Amino acid sequence: MHPARKQRLIVVIAIVILSSVAIGLLVYALRQNINLFYPPKAFSANEVPRNVRLRAGGCVSPGTVVRSEDSLQVVFTLVDPEGSLEVNYDGILPDLFAEGEAAVVNGQWHDDNIFYADQVLAKHDETYMPPEVAEAMNNGEKHEATCAEMSYGS
Amino acid sequence: MVPELGHLVLILALLVSAALFVLPLLGAQLRSLPLMLSARSLASGQFVLIAVAFGCLSWAFIHDDFSVAYVANHSNSLMPVYYKVSAVWGGHEGSLLLWILMLSGWTFAITLFSKALPIDLQSRVLAVMGFIATGFLMFILFTSNPFDRILPLAALEGSDLNPLLQDPGLIFHPPLLYMGYVGFSVVFAFAIAALLTGKLDSAWARWSRPWATTAWAFLTIGLALGSWWAYYELGWGGWWFWDPVENAAFMPWLVGTALIHSLAVTEKRGLFKSWTILLAIFTFSLSLLGTFLVRSGVLTSVHAFANDPERGLFILVFLAVVVGGSLLLFAVRAPVVKSAPGFTLLSRETLLLANNALLVVSMLTVLFGTLFPLVADALKLGKYSVGAPYFNLTFLPFMVLICLLMGIAPSSRWKRTEVGPVRRTVMAPLTLSLVLALVVPWLLGDLTLGMALATFLGSWVTLTTLKDLWLKSANKNGRAKGLKQLSLSYYGMVIAHLGIALAVFGVCFTSHYSDEQKLRMDVGKPVEVAGYQFTLERLDEIRGPNYLADQATVTMKKEDRVLRVLQPQKRRYLAGGQIMTEVAIDPGFTRDVYIAMGDKIDADSWAMRVHYKAFVRWIWLAALMMAAGGFLAIIDKRYRKRAAAPQVGVSSMTQKGAV
Repeated sequence: MHPARKQRLIVVIAIVILSSVAIGLLVYALRQNINLFYPPKAFSANEVPRNVRLRAGGCVSPGTVVRSEDSLQVVFTLVDPEGSLEVNYDGILPDLFAEGEAAVVNGQWHDDNIFYADQVLAKHDETYMPPEVAEAMNNGEKHEATCAEMSYGS
Repeated sequence: MVPELGHLVLILALLVSAALFVLPLLGAQLRSLPLMLSARSLASGQFVLIAVAFGCLSWAFIHDDFSVAYVANHSNSLMPVYYKVSAVWGGHEGSLLLWILMLSGWTFAITLFSKALPIDLQSRVLAVMGFIATGFLMFILFTSNPFDRILPLAALEGSDLNPLLQDPGLIFHPPLLYMGYVGFSVVFAFAIAALLTGKLDSAWARWSRPWATTAWAFLTIGLALGSWWAYYELGWGGWWFWDPVENAAFMPWLVGTALIHSLAVTEKRGLFKSWTILLAIFTFSLSLLGTFLVRSGVLTSVHAFANDPERGLFILVFLAVVVGGSLLLFAVRAPVVKSAPGFTLLSRETLLLANNALLVVSMLTVLFGTLFPLVADALKLGKYSVGAPYFNLTFLPFMVLICLLMGIAPSSRWKRTEVGPVRRTVMAPLTLSLVLALVVPWLLGDLTLGMALATFLGSWVTLTTLKDLWLKSANKNGRAKGLKQLSLSYYGMVIAHLGIALAVFGVCFTSHYSDEQKLRMDVGKPVEVAGYQFTLERLDEIRGPNYLADQATVTMKKEDRVLRVLQPQKRRYLAGGQIMTEVAIDPGFTRDVYIAMGDKIDADSWAMRVHYKAFVRWIWLAALMMAAGGFLAIIDKRYRKRAAAPQVGVSSMTQKGAV
């Protein structure tokens, strides 16, 4: 084979190998680290896989936030008009986390029907709210209103 | 009056930049000297006009002119004056104006420093810059005018700048980042001009190289400042979150790094020409993509100011025109700038090609992770989020390979390298790095495979770079003479590569040897983190100029000796009611102690973050070293050699020229 062509062949093979490695890593990493979002109603309807990493979000139901006496353990309930989800979290809640406001949690839903969160996200400031929540709860309408209008059981 | 003047001047600037786009291009085509020469004065005029517009907006901020909507939304009379000035780029419209100011500044710089360029190339470069400026000026004037008034009912008081942005880091972070972002437009313009003229030689590469390196160095500092700001201002204790907006700025950096290496090959050996052009197009396109992602509001983050679909659409269309147009031009014209291969498999060319391939592939994995959630959402495949573990897993293996190559490449030769000498050169550094890989983590108290690998890579890059410096500085008249003979750009490379090594150490040691605790702290009850005792002495309520704050006073002790009193705060800003975490840091070269207030549990206790961050400062120091290396490289005297008289080529052309 012509040396220039041989060289080109080697370069091409190297690029193919490199990109295969990249794609392999990509697929592997994605399978492990991609988080699909579910609203509380999907949990209530039992449509959510257990023990895999995912995202959930809704309104923090007033009166459900209970902090443990001696640790940072906290439990609260996320709700939307058609369902609710009990969340357990061990850590620091974000600045704008509050009852009656929207929150998004990352973690796993275990067999005891409790969502074990390792991360809690709340709206960033007065004008920003997690878009997933806004959309999941009211098909894209302003979430602020949704959370305010909700009649939290009673 | 002043805001109207600003608006008027901005409209004039649009006309001037449209002229800058059309006239020189026409001139280069028709070989008309006056038209080509008009580029220089138009570029200067454009810069002056935009600077005046920027000055007008700053004036409105300093004088609290709340009848201007943008000022009313981003300022407040209580703010200190330096924050009023930095608030100019604290929102969408103003930061866009800053973007354009930078662009016109770079354009002006081309007219200053590129007098030696052949006139047709020069006018085409400036015309491409004019095209970009035209696009962005239209964007700002039609969708996001910073001078819009709220009349007749002007606001009495501004609604305050987002408190996250009321910080010294934010005074410098956006301008420096934009310097880098926008700076890549110059190399892009050079690339397009080269495609248009069909001439791409090593002289072209020598002209483009300092521009690329300068932009890259600014981007490096901008990224480091952003990371540092996030570290102490967001109060989460991290320094990099793989946030889409961070990625948006990081991707141009990765490809820009590939570009400055590829330009080296094009300059020295006249190879990789079309690849270099393609990289220049990619780098600037990624800068535009970054602007689109950040400014269109498709991402939610601290950087997303506005959620206006019209704006997003405009940038998207502009992006499509720039990327599509330049790729089309590339497809048509690239064969013209073809280069003949002439190197063997083991040579510096191959190693640099590998560096390029690795950087581009790693950029693609970041790009995929950043865009996947957006694409999935747009295609209604579900709402996904891609987190840091994905990026770490896909990105880091490529960095390992890059570090390995970085040890060999500087001591390799152009065209052809023998295995023997390379092996002899790297043998000692290799052995020593292997030893260090075992000893250093063991001394730091935790020997794991990951830490051994990290230490090995860091030491490998450091030692091979130093060995190369040692070998190249050998001189029969003594080492001092030898060191003096090496070029500044070589030193630039050495420092930048040592910076990479430092970054490897910093990143890996921080992630592994830090102790990050989230604790409940009660008044008077000590807690222990990483060998230090922390006691919450008292909780106070204090009042700042435009906020109220809860302040914790925490003493930090080691063996009963008080080392420092730290006072983190939780602020509530009066104007907007935003809540901000103000961390307290005890900085050090090998470790930071970082305390942030979490949430209040009851009157005497707070949830707190108490972090011991090992070697975290090395990361930013590393970035500064890389940038310093870049700046050192561009003051190398070979870039300042002026070609004697470009007028010769021009005068013959004037005769042919039709006006």
